[in-house]
Amino acid sequence: MDDVKIIEIKKSIFEDNDKDADALRGELKRKGVYLLNLMSSPGSGKTTTLIQTINRIKDKIRVAVMEADIDSDVDAVKIKEATGIPSIQLHTGGMCHLDAEMTRQGLDNVDLADVDLVILENVGNLVCPAEFDTGSCRNAMILSVPEGHDKPLKYPLMFSICDVVVINKMDVLPYFDFDLEKCKEYIHMRNPKAQVISICAKTGEGVDAFANWLLNEVNNWKN
Amino acid sequence: MHELGIVFYIIRDVKKAAQENGVEHVNTVVMNIGEVSTVVPEYLTDCWRWAADKEDVLRGCELRCNILPAVTVCNACGKEYPTVEYGRTCPHCGSEDTVLLRGNEVEIKEIEV
Ligand SMILES: Nc1nc2c(ncn2[C@@H]2O[C@H](COP(=O)(O)OP(=O)(O)OP(=O)(O)O)[C@@H](O)[C@H]2O)c(=O)[nH]1
Ligand SMILES: [Mg+2]
Ligand SMILES: [Zn+2]
Repeated sequence: MDDVKIIEIKKSIFEDNDKDADALRGELKRKGVYLLNLMSSPGSGKTTTLIQTINRIKDKIRVAVMEADIDSDVDAVKIKEATGIPSIQLHTGGMCHLDAEMTRQGLDNVDLADVDLVILENVGNLVCPAEFDTGSCRNAMILSVPEGHDKPLKYPLMFSICDVVVINKMDVLPYFDFDLEKCKEYIHMRNPKAQVISICAKTGEGVDAFANWLLNEVNNWKN
Repeated sequence: MHELGIVFYIIRDVKKAAQENGVEHVNTVVMNIGEVSTVVPEYLTDCWRWAADKEDVLRGCELRCNILPAVTVCNACGKEYPTVEYGRTCPHCGSEDTVLLRGNEVEIKEIEV
């Protein structure tokens, strides 16, 4: 008795998720739906930026939002009230990130025949969401001025997987030693192709550039 | 929190492997964890104990972590060096143009049944 047998597995725990994510992306391409995965630390301004952005594009394309949080639905309610577009709340059940399967479950609650763009507000966290492909067409992240310009050095993976880095809360620049040029340099060290857009979500300054990037992306995806 | 999430993926994959191999109980799961994978092995085993005991096939099952060293290669001079000690800057020539070769793994190596 007690014969020990060893079964070799040699499998990365990200492997299944990577496959699910690729499958989801393929499906979204066929349906002509663009999925943006928006990430940041807690409180960097994801919800505020989304409201500003959506109000600039909602007359041109059909938008829906999925808000992922560990608990509560305040963000989903805020988006609905401030923009009038459909927004649904996903609960991650304690998980610090969303994976492709959870994203798909969320999308099951969105009428995909009726939208061009779905924006996923991921859980506030600069580490875990970077490791799990959600199946999105593009990743974007927000870094806010109070967090400091050294973040690209401390969270290289997050910065390396994002196509756009939005620098938010530019209005408080005078109160912090945030160095915008240094920040851009660090971002490009980790990701030479990243676009950097500075905004103030509170006033809406600079948000046009992000909105235009997004409109352009959606149009390219659909063609 | 991160580690608990990882544990759920391990449990899913191990249960699948156990089923495919007709295994009733798994005694040990051996993981390969890269030095710079952001997974803390101590947290991982703590989360594992809590979550694995809720599964019949995994009750009492031990989780063992092999730590794999992280190695970076320099694109400028072609030499390799230990990542944890020198980070992104090549200690041989000072270049920043470097790529992580290995050390990012979070993989299930094998299970003992
Ligand atoms: N001064 C200033 N405050 C801002 C700006 N953008 C957002 N805020 C404030 O920052 C706080 C957090 O903003 P949210 O949009 O809720 O941030 P979030 O990233 O969605 O937060 P979580 O979902 O909790 O992770 C709020 O009090 C906003 O009013 C800005 O450009 N300037
Ligand atoms: Mg929010
Ligand atoms: Zn070198």
